[in-house]
This record gives sequence, structure tokens and C-alpha cells, in this order.
Amino acid sequence: MSRENVLVTADWAEQNLDTDGVVLVEVDEDTTAYDAGHIPGAIKINWKTELQDQVTRDFVDKGGFEKLLSDKGIGNDDTVVLYGGNNNWFAAYAYWYFKLYGHSEVKLLDGGRKKWELDGRTLTTDEVSRPSTSYTAQEQDRSIRAFRDEVIEAIGARNLVDVRSPDEFSGKLLAPAHLPQEQAQRGGHIPSALNVPWSKAANEDGTFKSDEELRTLYGGEGLDDSKSTIAYCRIGERSSHTWFALHELLGHADVKNYDGSWTEYGSLVGVPIEVGSGKAGS
Amino acid sequence: MCGAPEQTQELPPGTDLTTQTVLTGTVHSGGEPVGGAFVRLLDGSGEFTAEVVTSASGDFRFFAAPGEWTVRALHRSGNGETAVTAERPGLHVVEVEVA
Repeated sequence: MSRENVLVTADWAEQNLDTDGVVLVEVDEDTTAYDAGHIPGAIKINWKTELQDQVTRDFVDKGGFEKLLSDKGIGNDDTVVLYGGNNNWFAAYAYWYFKLYGHSEVKLLDGGRKKWELDGRTLTTDEVSRPSTSYTAQEQDRSIRAFRDEVIEAIGARNLVDVRSPDEFSGKLLAPAHLPQEQAQRGGHIPSALNVPWSKAANEDGTFKSDEELRTLYGGEGLDDSKSTIAYCRIGERSSHTWFALHELLGHADVKNYDGSWTEYGSLVGVPIEVGSGKAGS
Repeated sequence: MCGAPEQTQELPPGTDLTTQTVLTGTVHSGGEPVGGAFVRLLDGSGEFTAEVVTSASGDFRFFAAPGEWTVRALHRSGNGETAVTAERPGLHVVEVEVA
């Protein structure tokens, strides 16, 4: 797996805004960001209202994904370039989600909206419409998606990577610090999980660190690359970012994202939870 | 939900400042507020904790916990940071200058 196959630079994106077969897609929970200004030609996908089933806590099914992409004007042969705010959290989540349903050509814009804005590149409020397509999805690729029973079985046996901030890992905070903290579930982390915050894989401008830096990071934190890995966070979007770093950039063969993440695990009755930093002597 | 809510100085209804530790303030440059700046909350060890984008009037807000924090702002016009100690829950005002 090489970086050029899965990441594009802002320069590349800027040069390919009008290229046939390249579709830029902004993915944010906060769709007002897109409406206030987006990369020229980019369409938007709302991860919450469009990628989630609105009743069951799960993704839209294969037919729902086909309808969504058809309506958005994305074809099976299109190269989809995803970007978004929050350091590409939701764009990485959408990347993983597109892979789950078998889209072959999907890439992330390195640095996402932040890098684009810090560079002072053009944003527009022009409306974008694309002719609809007839999209065909694959069955979900469960080799990249972990569910709760598998996560419990992985305790002490496989790499579990908790990519939340240290204070969420220890149980001091229950959510990222830009959100109110009043939540019902228990705090802490899955026993035996390593805490490697997603942010360690990114530079300040939102771009991914180099492969060498990433190898040093995960190796230094004790990730055993002879074992398979499950990444999780609070709702599965930050862990998509780490899944991308491990599976797509470093080429680790067996990496799953646990999208149920802490909001599911921390609400399960009777499962083991560990609190504190998880590091001996601290 | 992990998407950042709209940033204002006004707190969401029901925010209990006897239990919540709120860090809020503005990013400015030469006395003028800076909208659209990326504001990063770093914990006592310098580790990234959260990031929001300032409103048009330069406002940002974090829900944190008592402790040592650094608020660092990035903008195409420049970067800057301010250290803050929140000794107890309540409202803590932080001003950040970028240059």
C-alpha cells in the first residue's frame, strides 16, 4: 500500500477540481461548514443523517448506500476524494465506510479543510449538482469492521488501540473537550488497550505524519505488528483516522475499526473496564 | 456527536458551572478578533485534547476539567498560544493573540 494510492495533497486536489471522474466530497457532521464555503465542485455527505440508519444504531444498508451514492452522482468508477473538518475525522470515517461497501478508488485529501484553509485556498458557496448515477455497492467487508463480542475476546489477545485523548482513556473525561461532559456511560477503557491518541498520527496542520514517524510512533507505544489490531474511540470516527494510518498508510494486514466504540462498550453491562492511565508506575 | 457546536461566548442552556470546567475566550490579532482560526486545547503534557474553529467574532469554547491547559491557535495570518490553569470548575477566560 503506498501513500500515493490513498492520500492526495491539496495541490493535487486544486489541480484536479475539474477532472472528469474525480469527485470531491466534504464530510462533516456540521453541514453549515460546507454551506459557508466548500472546495469548488465538492458535494457534501452528512455522516449522521445520510450514513447512519435513522432508527437502528447501525449504518444504512447496502441498498441505502447505493441510493445515496446514486443520488449524489457518484459512479462506481469515480475516484472519490474525501475531506472535512475536525482534522478529517469524519472524512476518514467516510473513507472507511466507502471501503466497507467496496468502493475501489477512494482517497483522503491530506490535511482536509484545515490545511486547505490555512493555505488560504479558494472556498465557494456555489451550489453543486451532479447527474444521478446507478451505483452498485458490494456486501459489507466485515474484515475491517469489529463488533462488541470480538472486542471482548480480543482483550489481552490482540492489539486494542484506544485513540481517544489521555483524559478520555483514563476516565477523567467522557467525550472530547469541545463537547459538554454530562453523559451516562462509564468512563475508562477496554483492559489491555494501548492509548495512542489519533492526534499523534497527525501534524498540527492536519496532514498525516510520514510513514517513518508513524512506524516509530506505534512501535514505540508497543503495538505488536505480528498480531491483528482493533482500533476504537468514542463513536468510531477518530479510530477511522487511526485505522487509515495503520491499514492504508503502514499496510498492516488485519486492522478493524470498532465503530460501536466507547459509547457502546462503556454502556455494556458486566464487561471489564480499566481506569487510569494504564501505564505502570503512573 | 463529535462535531463542534457553534462557538459563542454564550454557554449552552443547562451548563452547570459548579461541575463543568469551561475554557472560553477570543482569538485576536492586533486587537481585532480572528474568525476561522483553528484553536487546539493541549493538556498539561502538551498532548492534543480538542480543536474547534472560532466564530466570526473570534470566539471559542472548551469543556475541560480542572488542570493545566494550553490553548493554541492556528490561522493563515499566524499562530499563538496561551497557558491557563483551571483550579476548579467554572468559567475560565483565555485570550489568544496570533501573529
